[in-house]
Amino acid sequence: MFICLCQIGSHGSLTTLNPGLKRFFAIMMRTMSKLRSMRDAIAEFVPDGSSVAVGLQLEQMIPFAAGHEIIRQKKRDLRLIGPISDCLFDQLIGAGCVKDVVAAWVGNVMMGQAYNFRRAVEAGEVRVFNMTNFTIALGLQAGAIGVPFLPTRTARGSDVPKGNHFFYQIISPFEPKETLLAVRAIAPDITIVNVQRADAEGNAHCWGNFGVMLEAVRAAKKVIVVAEEIVEQEVIASDPNRTVIPGFLVSAVVHEPFGAHPSPVQGYYSRDSEFFRAYHAETKTPEDFVRWRSKWVDGVRDRSGYLRMLGSDRVNSLRVKKHAYSAPADYGY
Amino acid sequence: MRYTLGELMVAAAAREIREGEVVFVGMRLPLIAFIVAKQTHAPNCVGLFENGVIRTKPAAELIYTMADPPNLLHATQCLDMMGVMGLLQAGRVDLGFLGAAEVDRFGNLNSTQVQGEHGIVRLPGSGGACDIASLAHRFVAMIDHERHRLPERVGYITSPGNGNGAGYRKRVGLPRGGPSAVITTKAVLRFGEDGEAYLHSHHERISVEEVVASTGWKLRVANDAGETAPPSPDERRAIREYDKDGFWTS
Repeated sequence: MFICLCQIGSHGSLTTLNPGLKRFFAIMMRTMSKLRSMRDAIAEFVPDGSSVAVGLQLEQMIPFAAGHEIIRQKKRDLRLIGPISDCLFDQLIGAGCVKDVVAAWVGNVMMGQAYNFRRAVEAGEVRVFNMTNFTIALGLQAGAIGVPFLPTRTARGSDVPKGNHFFYQIISPFEPKETLLAVRAIAPDITIVNVQRADAEGNAHCWGNFGVMLEAVRAAKKVIVVAEEIVEQEVIASDPNRTVIPGFLVSAVVHEPFGAHPSPVQGYYSRDSEFFRAYHAETKTPEDFVRWRSKWVDGVRDRSGYLRMLGSDRVNSLRVKKHAYSAPADYGY
Repeated sequence: MRYTLGELMVAAAAREIREGEVVFVGMRLPLIAFIVAKQTHAPNCVGLFENGVIRTKPAAELIYTMADPPNLLHATQCLDMMGVMGLLQAGRVDLGFLGAAEVDRFGNLNSTQVQGEHGIVRLPGSGGACDIASLAHRFVAMIDHERHRLPERVGYITSPGNGNGAGYRKRVGLPRGGPSAVITTKAVLRFGEDGEAYLHSHHERISVEEVVASTGWKLRVANDAGETAPPSPDERRAIREYDKDGFWTS
């Protein structure tokens, strides 16, 4: 295998290989590649009872396609982890996939509250561990760097830490009169992120606002990367500062264009604000949500079906209207 | 009226921002307040957003969430939450704006759960509000002025204000900060040295009596309490240029 790779490297292209070697290489690449369909990735890496970190870049790049596949596969007893959730947690809760939530905010950002979340929490069906945005970041960072907790000065005198096992009051070992809060490390079973582009091994470029994605990827036991585009390894290697996920942390790569709709992906498509408004209007009661879900989630096989339902006019209206490329960076020497 | 209530509140919020300050902006009315301040009295203020975006120039278009693409284009920096929250904890942020379901006599905010007629009503939660209230040098809350939303004591402290009075923040280990104003749909409240809110100004056509009657505790009234200054022509222009259809301010 190693020899084969060296030969590829020196020739630079598959076409220069003899047919036997080419076939062998193709098989090898298939087994090495982490590319999966969304259906396979969710089936394999999101078992019932998992803790799932998702929606980590706040209102950008929310992996709705992954969430909808989780609903279609009727996953149960999940723990959802995230800073704020713009509708995705509400959908998973409404579909009965969720046991508890570790989050700072759950709702519909432009419209306010989300109904499934509210109903489920008020009925005691879903437990919430109230966090704050900063303490979610700290918990994931503790998980990412392999320590049991990180200290902070936030949330003192607030009710958020009360009766919440993610917090513990400690005294600074260096300033004995100083009390701090320890935030328990959070290590998700699986982190699902949406990015602009990745290669087949999961090395991923992302730009825009990161929220807590960087910590959540490193803290997780497994990572699914959902990418708008799959590119050659050389494209990712050309700009390593933009590589936010190294492939060795990644379990599966899913090529899913418009996988974050209705949330935006910078440089690919805008936010579909009308979709969030409609979700608010169309999911007020449990019966309303069942109707919404049977149309947009269970009524389609996959993301392509969802996009057909959305219609090409609407999809096209969300595409980038005016590109704004950054200046290239010179890595030469 | 020559201006809307939303415009009056935005103008009042904008004046809370001092020139050159670093501000945790938030969404809705405070976002527009930041834009107005930039275009009027505080051109050098800097805006921080919880998703990690730092802007010295406001987004060119109206945004509904802080991660809308126009808020990232030509940003000063696109960082992560740890970065901006770290700056906040280190004392590098002067002012933060917050909304809430309830605000009480000592400026504590609740956005987690309230007592309804049929039990607990669950709300979306803190987001970054608790962090901003805990760690900014001062914060300003904005809220609809209704008696049940301004109770004597909030049912749940999501975001700490002055707790139960002066000295509370130091006692519980908060490094700094506290509420400096509450801008409501009827009035502007400020805080005395004892940590308690008082009526600083009432909005046009709203009497002091109405403000007091719409407040869930015996609200003190400043001796010199007057009318909230209306938006200036420059402030109004900045608001209308940005929120063209009045989505947030009509």
